[in-house]
Amino acid sequence: MKVEGEKMKIRGKVFVFGNNVNTDEIIPARYLNTADPTELARYCMEDARPGFGRGTDIKGSIIVAGENFGCGSSREHAPVAIKAAGISCVMARSFARIFFRNAINIGLPIVELTEADTFEEGDIAEVDLETGKVRNITKSTEYNAKPYPAFLRKIVEAGGWLEYCVKSLQSLS
Amino acid sequence: MTLAQKILARKAGKSRVEPGEFLLLDVDVALANDITAPLAIQKFKEYGGEKVHDPDRIVLVPDHFVPNKDIESAMQVKLLREFAEEQGIKHFYEVGRMGIEHVLLPEEGLVKSGDLVVGADSHTCTYGALGAFATGVGSTDIAGVYLTGRVWLRVPESIKVQLVGSFKDFVTAKDVILKLISILGVDGANYRALEFFGPALREISMDGRFTISNMAIEAGGKAGLFPVDEVTMAYEKERNIEVETLSVDEDTVYWKEVHLDLSQLEPQVAYPFLPSNTKDVTEAEREGIKVDQVVIGSCTNGRIEDLRLAAQVLKGRKVAPHVRCIVIPGSQNVVKRALKEGLVDIFLESECVFSTPTCGPCLGGHMGVLAEGEVAVSTTNRNFVGRMGHPKSKVFLASPAVAAASAVRGYIADPRRL
Repeated sequence: MKVEGEKMKIRGKVFVFGNNVNTDEIIPARYLNTADPTELARYCMEDARPGFGRGTDIKGSIIVAGENFGCGSSREHAPVAIKAAGISCVMARSFARIFFRNAINIGLPIVELTEADTFEEGDIAEVDLETGKVRNITKSTEYNAKPYPAFLRKIVEAGGWLEYCVKSLQSLS
Repeated sequence: MTLAQKILARKAGKSRVEPGEFLLLDVDVALANDITAPLAIQKFKEYGGEKVHDPDRIVLVPDHFVPNKDIESAMQVKLLREFAEEQGIKHFYEVGRMGIEHVLLPEEGLVKSGDLVVGADSHTCTYGALGAFATGVGSTDIAGVYLTGRVWLRVPESIKVQLVGSFKDFVTAKDVILKLISILGVDGANYRALEFFGPALREISMDGRFTISNMAIEAGGKAGLFPVDEVTMAYEKERNIEVETLSVDEDTVYWKEVHLDLSQLEPQVAYPFLPSNTKDVTEAEREGIKVDQVVIGSCTNGRIEDLRLAAQVLKGRKVAPHVRCIVIPGSQNVVKRALKEGLVDIFLESECVFSTPTCGPCLGGHMGVLAEGEVAVSTTNRNFVGRMGHPKSKVFLASPAVAAASAVRGYIADPRRL
């Protein structure tokens, strides 16, 4: 969850997932007959960890994963489900391209961190989205996340791609 | 410049663009389907959209859960239909006139060489076969195109895939791409474009090229691009589309290069649960893997040449008694051609079912969902956990020839040894 008084700082309990977590696991197609975020959230990560989305302790928590998180289908329902489930941030060694852009576009905080695999289930992590500083509070360690390119920072700062579009359309007219 | 740089530079109106550069580009075609369009439409309205930027650049294809599998899916397609009507979008394809999006669009001439195509479907990279820069994006990106006509893109580095040699019997384009994914790994081309060159291109038809480009995403690829040559031009000419050749200069520097000799290639089988887990079919056959279901179709292998190959293997043979073999043509046009060429008779005589075009079982939607513990051999593109149904079912990916041979034998089988 957001750390009080600090707009860009997130702190939460860590849930650990592996490499190549694909969007079929994040939100299986059998739940894709709706685009309702609340409904999608209930089945978030269902085929990676059944019941995860209906857990009572996931609000404000942080998903930590290995390489290529979100590979496979382009379904934006994947980051939407994660965001609507109340996950405050996803941290991974790397992200699959479409998941990466979808997360940036919808304003789901994501962090690329080489040392993501040093986190263990239940650790408390703190992420400063402004500076890219990531702390493992439980283990008293600190790392630097890979910074966003300048262009993407503008989208992130606007709150998402459509916020950015609407703003630039307004400034044109 | 690479093919990716050339197409994107032309779109950006610049003489040169560099990998890593971010561009805001006008989109030629924005595609969405019955799963991804509802989210795009919802976002378009939420952000104040009233009239779309350009209805003629929008394509809507309900293909994943059609003919509607349940009430919820019917409601989603209804939303697309009403949106198309309200916005004057003429490229909306109804059951009876549709196809699986990535089979349909090239067939209809809706995408062409040199275009910038974005689709809220990861297999949008299929159109790279035509020399279009085509890539999968999300629903928000599509809503952005509805609002502004534009998309943001990062110019990718490219991997050069040099194809030499000639195919042996029953080795196909599907085996090329499966082998390549196993070499690169499922994220080996993440953020990068794959570009295919070499003397072997002469041997690879447009249908084969679509299969190869289609699965670029399974190596993480942003695009899977072919140069525009005589094969492309002949295909475009049938659709009254005039295009210019597209090629790269001899001295172009690639991020990485991979060589593949087709004469050394065996039919491939990708084991669960990643498309990169491939083995030669000879090895897979020795393992005696019993099969419950075979699926022949999808945006990867639902074109006429794929059905011809499957029919060639199935002709005069029966599907093993314990196997369900489901053949799904990629479009209404493929249905008509299969009927005309007598392929449908062969499938029915072999005791396959012949479906209407749909993505259906590929993503565990309908028309062949797997039960717990079941095994499928499928010509589709993904074999992730639960992809075709129950999380404890398994999917092995292969070409139409291997799939058809496995249907007959009831075990994963080499079509050359039936």
